[in-house]
Amino acid sequence: MSTVELEHPTFAPQHVGHQFEELDQQNDAYIVGIWIFLVTEIMFFGALFLALTIYRYNYATAFEEAHNALNWKLGMLNTFILLTSSFFMAMAVRAKTLDHRSETKMWLGLTLLCAFGFLTVKYFEYSAEIREHHFPGPTFRWEAPSRANVEANTPLIQMSEAPKGIAGLGNYTPQPIEHHAHQLFFSLYFIMTGLHGLHVLVGILVLGCLWVLIAVKHPAVEDYIPLEIGGIYWHFVDIVWIFLYPLVYLIGRQ
Amino acid sequence: MAAHGTTHTHEEGGHHEPHVVPVWYYVGVYIILLVLLVLTVVVSRFDLGALNIIVALLVAVAKTSLVILIFMGVKWASRLAWIWSVFGFIWLLVLFGTLGDYITREWVHLPMGW
Repeated sequence: MSTVELEHPTFAPQHVGHQFEELDQQNDAYIVGIWIFLVTEIMFFGALFLALTIYRYNYATAFEEAHNALNWKLGMLNTFILLTSSFFMAMAVRAKTLDHRSETKMWLGLTLLCAFGFLTVKYFEYSAEIREHHFPGPTFRWEAPSRANVEANTPLIQMSEAPKGIAGLGNYTPQPIEHHAHQLFFSLYFIMTGLHGLHVLVGILVLGCLWVLIAVKHPAVEDYIPLEIGGIYWHFVDIVWIFLYPLVYLIGRQ
Repeated sequence: MAAHGTTHTHEEGGHHEPHVVPVWYYVGVYIILLVLLVLTVVVSRFDLGALNIIVALLVAVAKTSLVILIFMGVKWASRLAWIWSVFGFIWLLVLFGTLGDYITREWVHLPMGW
């Protein structure tokens, strides 16, 4: 099947916008554009990964204990779901390039299904963690392990002095933070996976809109480039998770 | 070319057709990605000491390279797209270069403050 359609391919029609000189330039502008956007994405996700690395280095024992509380099996399931969705996405872009509309809708629909599946699994993970009081804040509880953990209770920054002269904080007396290093791990965990989840949500929005536009044969998606751009963004979301999973769920698991 | 020449509005020369690769290309990459995922989990079960993080990162980089080159199509993209796709990760290396500061601070005992 694939060899036949590749011998005599019919491609999705493309029209050169009046602001471009030729099709190659137009395609390049779109693809380079999404990559420049992804560079900014790498920048802020990179900063979070660096924060994780530094605090992991400072509180190795506490982070190792804390990350054992995460459900690595559900994390693995989610990695599987995202990798599968990336495969579906690549197939969707391929079908769109060859101008196969119903096939495109099927693969894109499967991609969206995976995205919803990912968020559903994440929902169960989050609710279990919140139930176990692992969400950072006043309700945070950590069952101290049997062996004494000195490091986890040695603050990096001494909080012994109350900030003075700040309006409204006159009566502020800082409480010693219980298991602050464990909380720090969960803060990073919720920020990083939450931000990633937000990207999945945006991905659902973008791909969902593209699905509808393709379904109603909107002229804007006659060209395959919009789907290709959406796909590149979606694959990036997958890449972030490819790093999140081993670095947050797995490192140092015994 | 002749079969689809009418669908394009391209002018004289220079235009490359969109890349379309056989399905097995994507299926193959998908299978390799799943194998690498299993490898990630299996490796994490063994305590390799400092190697743990290195192996995990190497597998993640291998996965990422496959996704970028094949799924995102950088392998067939223009040089300009190629440069931008690499640029972000080069910046990431610079960012993580600052770790050299964090890790070595305790090596020299300087008096606190001045």
